[in-house]
Amino acid sequence: MPEEKAFQLDREINSVLATDCGSTTTKAILIEKVGDEYRLIVRGEAPTTVEAPFEDVTAGARNAIREVEELTGKTLLDEKGVITPRRPDGTGVDIYMSTSSAGGGLQMMVAGVVKTMTAESAARAALGAGAIVMDVISVDDGRKPHEKIQRIRHLRPDMILLSGGIDGGTITHVVEIAELISAAEPKPRLGIGFKLPVIYAGNKDARPHIQSSLGQKVDLRITDNLRPVLEKEVLGPAREEIHNLFMEHVMAQAPGYNKLMSWTPVPIMPTPGAVGICMQTASREYDVSVIGVDIGGATTDVFSVFGEFFNRTVSANLGMSYSICNVLLEAGVQNILRWIPFKIDEGDLRNRIRNKMIRPTTIPQTLDELVIEQAIAREALRLAFLHHKSLAVGLRGVHKERTIGDTFEQTGSGESYIDLMDLGMLVGSGGVLSHAPRRAQSAMMMLDAFQPEGLTMLAVDSIFMTPQLGILSTIHPKAAMQVFERDCLIILGTAIAPAGPSGSAKPGDSCVKVTLEWDDQSVTEEVPYGQMKVVPVPNGKTAKAVIQPSRQFNAGAGYGHTVEKTINGGVVGVIIDCRGRPFTPPADEASRNAKLLEWFRALNLYPQESLEKYAK
Amino acid sequence: MAHAYTPGLKVTERAIVRKTRRLPILGEVLVEKGQSVSPDTVVARTNIPGNPMTVNVANVLGVEPEDILDFMTKKEGDTIRKDEILANYRSFFGLFRHEVKSPVDGTVEMISTVTGQVTLREPPIPVEVDAYIDGVVEEVLPREGVVVRTEGAFIQGIFGVGGETQGIVRVAVDGPDDVLDESCFTPQDKGKVIVGGSLVTAAGIKKAAEVGAKGVVVGGIIDTDLIAYLGHDIGVAITGHEDVPVTLIITEGFGKMRMADRTFQLFKAISGFKASINGATQIRAGVMRPEIIVPGFQATEQLVEHDLSEGLVPGTPLRIIREPYFGQLAEVVDLPPELQVIETEAKVRILRAKLQDGTIVTIPRANVEIIEK
Repeated sequence: MPEEKAFQLDREINSVLATDCGSTTTKAILIEKVGDEYRLIVRGEAPTTVEAPFEDVTAGARNAIREVEELTGKTLLDEKGVITPRRPDGTGVDIYMSTSSAGGGLQMMVAGVVKTMTAESAARAALGAGAIVMDVISVDDGRKPHEKIQRIRHLRPDMILLSGGIDGGTITHVVEIAELISAAEPKPRLGIGFKLPVIYAGNKDARPHIQSSLGQKVDLRITDNLRPVLEKEVLGPAREEIHNLFMEHVMAQAPGYNKLMSWTPVPIMPTPGAVGICMQTASREYDVSVIGVDIGGATTDVFSVFGEFFNRTVSANLGMSYSICNVLLEAGVQNILRWIPFKIDEGDLRNRIRNKMIRPTTIPQTLDELVIEQAIAREALRLAFLHHKSLAVGLRGVHKERTIGDTFEQTGSGESYIDLMDLGMLVGSGGVLSHAPRRAQSAMMMLDAFQPEGLTMLAVDSIFMTPQLGILSTIHPKAAMQVFERDCLIILGTAIAPAGPSGSAKPGDSCVKVTLEWDDQSVTEEVPYGQMKVVPVPNGKTAKAVIQPSRQFNAGAGYGHTVEKTINGGVVGVIIDCRGRPFTPPADEASRNAKLLEWFRALNLYPQESLEKYAK
Repeated sequence: MAHAYTPGLKVTERAIVRKTRRLPILGEVLVEKGQSVSPDTVVARTNIPGNPMTVNVANVLGVEPEDILDFMTKKEGDTIRKDEILANYRSFFGLFRHEVKSPVDGTVEMISTVTGQVTLREPPIPVEVDAYIDGVVEEVLPREGVVVRTEGAFIQGIFGVGGETQGIVRVAVDGPDDVLDESCFTPQDKGKVIVGGSLVTAAGIKKAAEVGAKGVVVGGIIDTDLIAYLGHDIGVAITGHEDVPVTLIITEGFGKMRMADRTFQLFKAISGFKASINGATQIRAGVMRPEIIVPGFQATEQLVEHDLSEGLVPGTPLRIIREPYFGQLAEVVDLPPELQVIETEAKVRILRAKLQDGTIVTIPRANVEIIEK
C-alpha cells in the first residue's frame, strides 16, 4: 500500500470529486459508483488562478467544478466550497480531494555527505515525494565550501532535506553540511519573513549538533535516517515529512490554499507524488514493471516501478513549450533533425522552436509543424529517460546482496535496475502524447524514445487524471484502479521488439516470425531486421502470440528462443518493431529519410499523401 | 475552456500601470503613500546578511575539533579584521607556531567543536530598491516595498533580455519592415532606447553597445545572433538578469518579423519621451513580458481599463502567431463553435480570419492573439 495514508474513510463512498490544480489548468473529475463499478462520469477544466489578478486557487477550482455541475446538472458547490457528504437530495459528493502543482510545484534542495550515497538517497526521497530538486549538495560534490554557501543562498527552495551518515557512524561530515546551510541562512521562496523548513534525516547521533547549528535559524524537523545502514534505504518517513511540510508551508503560503484545504479532509498532495502512487498501484494490480512518463510544457516526469523499487525523476527543464529551447540545447539540432523525414533549414528550425517557447499555447497547424513537434518530443522523452536511468539505480557503496526472480537483479554497484526487457507496461501522458491526432504517433514517439525490448504494452493516459486517481488510491484503491483501467488508460497495443542483433546482421536479414491468434483469426508475419509491421489486433482483445526470433535476436527468452504469451491488442494493434535494440536512425540523410518514411508508412503514422510528398 | 485564445500583448497609448517594488527580505520602506517618485528614487532598503566564509581551524592547526576553543583568539560575536589572527597553536615551548588568519573583515559567527570549522560573516550588504518609473506611491507594503502607479503609454514585447533601465526613445528606421543595422546608430544615441523595424542584426546590437545605448526594441532577431550577443544559449524562457550592456526587447518573435503597424506608430508617437524599459521575460505561471513604459505621455485616446471579457468576436483585430501565417495581421470573420479537423488531423476550435490582402483563412484559435488597444 502507499506510504501516505493520513485519512481514514468513515463512510461508504459512492461519489468522488477530485481536482488537480496544475500550473496552467485546473482539472476536475467526478467519479461515481455505477452498479458495482466506479466510473468516471465527467470532467471539467478551467485556467488555474494562483497568479494575479485572481490570486486564489479556489476560483479556478470552482470554475472547473462548475463545468462538472453544468455537464451533470448536479449541484456540487455552495458558498463554503464543495458540499460533502452527498445529501439525500443528490447535491454534493461523498468526498472531495485535490492535488496541486500550481505556483511552480514543490521545489527542494537536498544535501547529503557522499554524492553517490546519502545525497542520492535524499534526492530519491524528494523526487519520490513529488519535488523538483533544484540542487544536490554534498561534501564531495567538487565545489568549495564558499561556492556551496553561495549556491544555497542563491536558491530559494521551499524546503531542504538534509541527510548524511549511517546511524552510529561519523557525525563530522553531516554537521559540516549543516554548518554550511547555517552560514548561508537560506530563505524560503514563498512567505517573506518566514523561516525555511529543513528536514534532517541523517545519522541520529548527530541530531543534537544539527539542532544547535540550525535550530535557531531554520524551521528544523527531525525524522528517521533515510540511510540507517549502508545496505538499506528507508525513504518513507522523510517523504511523509516532506508532504506534511508541503501542506504546512508551501500550500499555506500559496494564494487561496488555506481555503482549498478547508474543503477536503484529505491532505493536498503534490501532483507528481500522486501520479507516482497511481503508478505503484497499477504495477501491483497488473503485476508488471511499469514506466510512466508525463511530458508537459515545462517539465518531464518519469516514473518507474520495477519489483519493489519505485523511482521518480523530474527533468525540470525538458518540456514542449516553456522549456522547448532547452531540449534543443541539450539534444542538439542534429538529434532533432534525425526524426524529421524532410529537408528543413537548421536556422528556420531553431527560430520555430524559439517561437514556440515565447508563445507556448500555440498548436501545430500544418503537418510539417506536427512532425517537427513530435521529433522534439522524442528527444525530450529520450533525455528525460536517460536522466531517470541515471538515478534509478541500486544502492551504491554496498555489496551485491540479493536476487529476486529470474530477470531482476538488485545491484550493489550503482547499476540502473531499469531492465527494458522486463518492462511490461509503458504509459505516456501530457499533451504531445495524449492529444496526438493519430494514436500510432504516440506509440511511435514512445518506441523511439524509450526503445522497450521484448513485449511491452503501450498506453496513454487520455485526459491526465492519474494525479486524481493517485490521491484517490490512498483512501480507496479499488475505485481508483477501476477508473484507471476503464476510463483513464487508452491501450495502444503491444510492442514486440526483439533485442539485438548480437552479431553482424544486415538490414533485410531474418529477425522474427510472429503468429497471433485471436477470436477466429490467425495471422503470421515474418518481419526482417530494420523493418516494422502492425497487426491490427483490436482494442479489448487479447491474442495468443508465438514469437520466434532468429538466432541473433532475443524476444525475452534468450537469443533465438521462442516466446509464447498472451498479449493485448489496442487502438493501434500489435506493433512488430524489428529495428533492433538499441537502434539509431541511419546517419546519412537520404537513407535516413527513406527509412523514416518506410517506418511511418508501416504504422500509418501520417496521411499517406503527405508521406508521398515528403518522399519527393 | 471558455477563453481558448491568447489575450495578446498590450500596446496602448494610455494605460494605468502599477509596479510592485519589493525587497528580497524584510527591511525599511523609505517613501510614503501619495509621494511622487522618479525612477532613481530609493523606495525601500534593507541589509542582507554579509557573505559567510568558513575556515577549518582544526585542519589548519592540526588539532582535534573538540580542542579548538583552546586555540581560538576570538570568540563567537567578536569582530575581526582581514589577516588578523583567528587562532594559533604553539608547541615545543613556542618553537613551532601555527596560526590561522582571517581571510575577511567581519564577525566570528560560529565556532564548531564538532567539525573544527569557524564561520566568519562579512559585514551586511545594503540592498536598495528604486521606483523604476516616474509615478506616485499608491500603496505601502509595510517592511516589504511599495506599489508605484503611473499613467502613460505602455507597450509589451514578446521576449527580452537585460534588466530595468531608462532612456529617451528614438525611432531609428523609417518603417516597420526596416532592418536595424549598425548604420542606424549615431554617437548621440548614448543613453537612448533605439527602436527598429523587423530585425536587429548582430552588428546592430554590437554598435548599440558601442555608442552606449540603453535599450533596443525591434520586431525580431535571428536566434543565433541572440546567442552570440548573450555569449550563451537560452534553454528556459526566464530572462532579465543577463549581464548585457543593452536591454533588448523583441515585439514579434524570432526571425525577421515586421513590427506590427500599431506598435511601430506608437513608438513614433513616443519618440523623444523618456521610457522605463525592462527585458525581463518569464513565460511560465505568472507570465512576465518585457515592457516599455512612458509615464506622463499625453495621449489622444480615452483612458480605459482593459476589458477582455468580450474575447474574440467578428471584427476583432488579430495577430497570427504560428505557421503557416506567422506574423500576419488579420481580422476575425467568424467563429464556428464546433470543433474542426485541421491539416494535422487534430480536431480543434478554429476561427476564420481575413488577412490584410483580403484572403480568408482558417486558423486554430490557439494560434492567434488579440491586438489589444
